[in-house]
Amino acid sequence: MSIELKNLNKNYEKFKAVKNLDFKIETGSIIGLLGPNGCGKTTTIGMILGLIKPTSGEILVRGKNVEIEKNRIEVLEKMNFISPYVELPKKLTVRENLIVYGKMYEVKNLKNKINNLIDELHLGEFEKKKTGELSSGQKNRVSLAKSLINSPEILLLDEPTASLDPDTGDYIRSYIENYAKKNNTTILLASHNMNEVERLCSKVMMMKGGKIIDEGTCKDLIIKHGRLNLEETFLKIIRE
Amino acid sequence: MNLNRMYALSIRHLYLIKGSFPRILDLIYWPTIQIILWGFISKFFTMYSDYYTNTVGVILSCAILYDFLFRSSISFNMLFLEEIWSRNFTNLFVAPLKISEIIIALTCTALLRTLIGIVPAVLLMSPLFGVSIVDMGPSLILLFLSLYVFGITLGVLVTSGLLRFGPSFENTAWSSLFLLAPLGCVYYPLSILPDWLQIISKFLPLVYIFEEARSILVNNIVNYENIINALLLNIIYFSIAVGVFYYSFYGARKKGTLVNMGE
Repeated sequence: MSIELKNLNKNYEKFKAVKNLDFKIETGSIIGLLGPNGCGKTTTIGMILGLIKPTSGEILVRGKNVEIEKNRIEVLEKMNFISPYVELPKKLTVRENLIVYGKMYEVKNLKNKINNLIDELHLGEFEKKKTGELSSGQKNRVSLAKSLINSPEILLLDEPTASLDPDTGDYIRSYIENYAKKNNTTILLASHNMNEVERLCSKVMMMKGGKIIDEGTCKDLIIKHGRLNLEETFLKIIRE
Repeated sequence: MNLNRMYALSIRHLYLIKGSFPRILDLIYWPTIQIILWGFISKFFTMYSDYYTNTVGVILSCAILYDFLFRSSISFNMLFLEEIWSRNFTNLFVAPLKISEIIIALTCTALLRTLIGIVPAVLLMSPLFGVSIVDMGPSLILLFLSLYVFGITLGVLVTSGLLRFGPSFENTAWSSLFLLAPLGCVYYPLSILPDWLQIISKFLPLVYIFEEARSILVNNIVNYENIINALLLNIIYFSIAVGVFYYSFYGARKKGTLVNMGE
């Protein structure tokens, strides 16, 4: 499934959060969306998910405009999302949460699907525990399981490894990397972790003040700006 | 004892009150509502002290009916608030759920939640006070249905406010029903209200429901006109509430509150 943004704008009264975004993410590619806090990354993801109404422009997912309610529901069936700012109900056990979302997405053979995710993400030892009782690393793995419950063709990842220890972060990155390769999943990744972006993304878009100010492969951007790594490149671009 | 530290803790809360008009309104709201409600109840008993003489349990039955309304509305609101408190809200709106599916699912779950709360109270009435609300007969089902629809209508309206304005609208969830208690004539007849308030009250289905309940309990007469009036008003208000919910969802998408809900 491809995502195409056509001249997309979002204004909050006089504040222009997103300005003339125009890009296409091809099926199966992993694209990084980088930028300082408040540059419009979350607003962009929110618009793709249908949570925020664009002021103008179009979002096409597999050629369908998501602003049309019927299309929005159809697209959401094949899309999922993970963010450290969104959690699962704390009083439900891990398995109960996965059942709830599995039913919501009308997943076939739900029991098998949940068992597979529990195995693959090593959730077995705490599947009967309440989600609120888990550590942040464990919660993150459960959120990842929820985001994969409908075998999404598009994954929107908003800082998926924020506040995780290096080991858990690395585990999540590896899992996402393998999952995307295996399932040809289209991924839009918003992150402040440059190592993560370098490792996962085939292309990067740098946002500042609601606009894309530079884009390319990590390697191309590093060479273009004469820096040693993506972090230095990022700092140079956003400080210019 | 350190006065500065105690002062610091006090002004922390005073700043909060000073900076929030809804909080100030909330502080004024409850005593005012209590005074109005109990004022009318006192007036009624002073003027008609023999009204309930031979009818045991009228007040208790009306209290149960009112609580059913309260529970159904709060249940609906609570289901929505739970999602905000658990920060699960965004997950729901990125799932392929239609607005109509959300309303129907919450309405059905709220009924279950309401029954869990109200059935034990109804069962306790008889052994404790020798009164059974079931004695009201089959029309009780219609009264419960009317109360439930009105409770859900209020729930949908408050939830629309939560969607549009975020968790700061939470206080309204708790206080909306208490505003209606004095006007709904739960414990006294409509005639006890001043004429101008009677005109307003007649737009509330509650008035017809509780007038009907008293008619059955005191005079043993079923007046279907009251029941029909209540149901018709309920249909109108429920349709408006659903429209408001859709409009709020549209407004929340425009304002971006669906992304930051709970923060």
